[in-house]
Amino acid sequence: MAEVTLKKVSKRFGRTTAISELDLTIRDGEFFVLLGPTGAGKTTTLRLIAGLEKPEEGTIIIAGQDATADAPAQRDVSFVFQQYSLYPHLSVYENLAFPLRAPSRKMPAAEIAQRVERVAKMVRIDHKLQNRSTRLSGGEMQRVAIGRALIREPNIYLMDEPLSSLDAKLRVDLRLEIKRIQRDMGATILYVTHDAVEAMTLADRIGILREGQLVQQGSPREIYERPRNIYAALKLGQPAINLIPAELMPAEPKPLNTVTFGARTEHIIISRGQNGKADGRVVLAEHLGNQSNLLIDVKGTQVLVLVPPESTLSTGDEVGLNLRHPLYFDREGERIQP
Amino acid sequence: MASIQVSALHKRFDDFVAVNGSDFTVQHGEFFVLLGPSGCGKTTTLRMIAGLELPTSGTILLDGEDVTFERAGRRDIAFVFQMFALYPHMSTRNNIAFPLKCSGLSRSEIRKRVEETAQLLRIDHLLSKSVSGLAGGDRQRVALGRAIVRRPKAFLMDEPLGTLDTEFRDLMINELRTLHDRIDATTVYVTHDQMEAMAMADRIAVMNQGVMEQLGPPQEVYDKPASVFVADFIGSPPMSFLKFHGELRPGDKSVQVNGAQVPIPEVREGFAADNFLLGVRPEHVRLDPASDLRGSVSGVEYLGTTQILTMDTPQGVVKARISSSEPVEIDDNVGLRFLSSRLSVFHESSGRAVRTALHDE
Repeated sequence: MAEVTLKKVSKRFGRTTAISELDLTIRDGEFFVLLGPTGAGKTTTLRLIAGLEKPEEGTIIIAGQDATADAPAQRDVSFVFQQYSLYPHLSVYENLAFPLRAPSRKMPAAEIAQRVERVAKMVRIDHKLQNRSTRLSGGEMQRVAIGRALIREPNIYLMDEPLSSLDAKLRVDLRLEIKRIQRDMGATILYVTHDAVEAMTLADRIGILREGQLVQQGSPREIYERPRNIYAALKLGQPAINLIPAELMPAEPKPLNTVTFGARTEHIIISRGQNGKADGRVVLAEHLGNQSNLLIDVKGTQVLVLVPPESTLSTGDEVGLNLRHPLYFDREGERIQP
Repeated sequence: MASIQVSALHKRFDDFVAVNGSDFTVQHGEFFVLLGPSGCGKTTTLRMIAGLELPTSGTILLDGEDVTFERAGRRDIAFVFQMFALYPHMSTRNNIAFPLKCSGLSRSEIRKRVEETAQLLRIDHLLSKSVSGLAGGDRQRVALGRAIVRRPKAFLMDEPLGTLDTEFRDLMINELRTLHDRIDATTVYVTHDQMEAMAMADRIAVMNQGVMEQLGPPQEVYDKPASVFVADFIGSPPMSFLKFHGELRPGDKSVQVNGAQVPIPEVREGFAADNFLLGVRPEHVRLDPASDLRGSVSGVEYLGTTQILTMDTPQGVVKARISSSEPVEIDDNVGLRFLSSRLSVFHESSGRAVRTALHDE
């Protein structure tokens, strides 16, 4: 596996700029996730690395070599698409073996068999090797598609929302499997998704992409705890971070120029209002099994917090709010480091 | 708006039974969700209500009137497919007005209805714009407008949000539900996405292989799953199951799982010695070094406020959602404790829930 670097890469389609001066390094053995909405340039980035698109500007370096002008086949990358595309007339075994059968590889049959069996075990499809690929469930087909990519050891695996067509339960299972496989193989993976939970659970590092530009990159914990700006703060975490105008809570200490508090549920301490002294009022108490959601109106701003099920607060109650190490944002929405 | 009453509904395609004896009533004003994996019969059920498929047997009443074999065009129901199916060369106004063009309504009446609909959806400022220039959310609103402009008796929706981004989907979930309430609609909504179902439904019908496994409000389906299938289909991550063997007697308050005594809600029905599954939701698992029930951590997924742990135990895989401030690493050996009042017990071979204090009113 290898390191892949993009230097000031730009790509336009007609008048639309898909990627704008993107600088990005995926380290050898790293699981890097690009997170962003449709149209942010995620898939374009993958296609640029694969050589399926040519950048107008910038350099793409794969394994230390300038690959910007190389044809896709010369780059030695492996692509997993959103829709599993298997050969329907072939067995699972033959689908997995296919990338190894290229005449140029001249790989002996025994080695092919060995590799197929190893990968089939890894993606847990070894009990169905002789099945026709059409006789598999959706999750099994996607496992075969991922297995077919993993059968080679290219410079990098490029994965374009490989789990998005699966149902919730399978997504959770396969998420864990992909992570395990990556760790076991020490694979270099660039994975794109619009699902923040997927990004947080899979990535060594996340790059948040917005309109063709990288907003922030870092480990999930870094971005969650120290987002660069409000956009990045809103991307990670459920429930979403509360944004409270600073003037609504004048008693809270804050750095100069703070316009907005960013308060996640773990930053908020709720107390019952006393002697008419309150910051807000509970407008909705939703009991979800082992925890409860409280929606609190703070002078027109709604704040959502999770509280333990023992909490006796209910709709209509006056509450006091204290912030504990919240995030601070300035007028432009950039985070202020206290 | 209307009520929809479905009785003993069957649908067979050659030797494949798609729907096997469904019975349910969608109340006037209700948001009713048919939930299940692909092939479970949910879309077939919806298509029979719409009149796009005819049942093999059974009846469908729309507002008390038998429409089982009525033509689709005469049922006064609006069917919303995947959204965004708009006429790209037409304006917003003409897209919304389209279903009324052949209705025989006067031009002024059509104009009035289109404008009311656009106001309801807050797109009245876009009426003269071409739909091809609209943003995603507005296009979706136009598609909805086209469905509601006819003022049908009921809306049937087949995975309308299927292809959308998560963020946009969350937004549309809210809008659809708000719209439903505002126009006092009766809606039957088909999805395989349990999150959509939990967020929108008044009641959820969970379907599996043509059979309705459970019917109830989201919280009830989540808290008291009637079968292993339902418990496993709902929740993200879904419920975990631990195998155990034994006898169950009414009044039992604990079970033996691999030598550990695990408290459960009081058992209300008896079973001879057999295999059972203890069902636990991830948020009802605690780490407790003193517990006899041990697991080995095989996955740690950081989610910010919380983290999801995957633990291998001799009885099965257990997932836990705990605070991310608790330090846990792969291969750690941990003790598990469950919130006993929330546990489910299932009879393994039949898959159905054993009645316990969990089911007391």
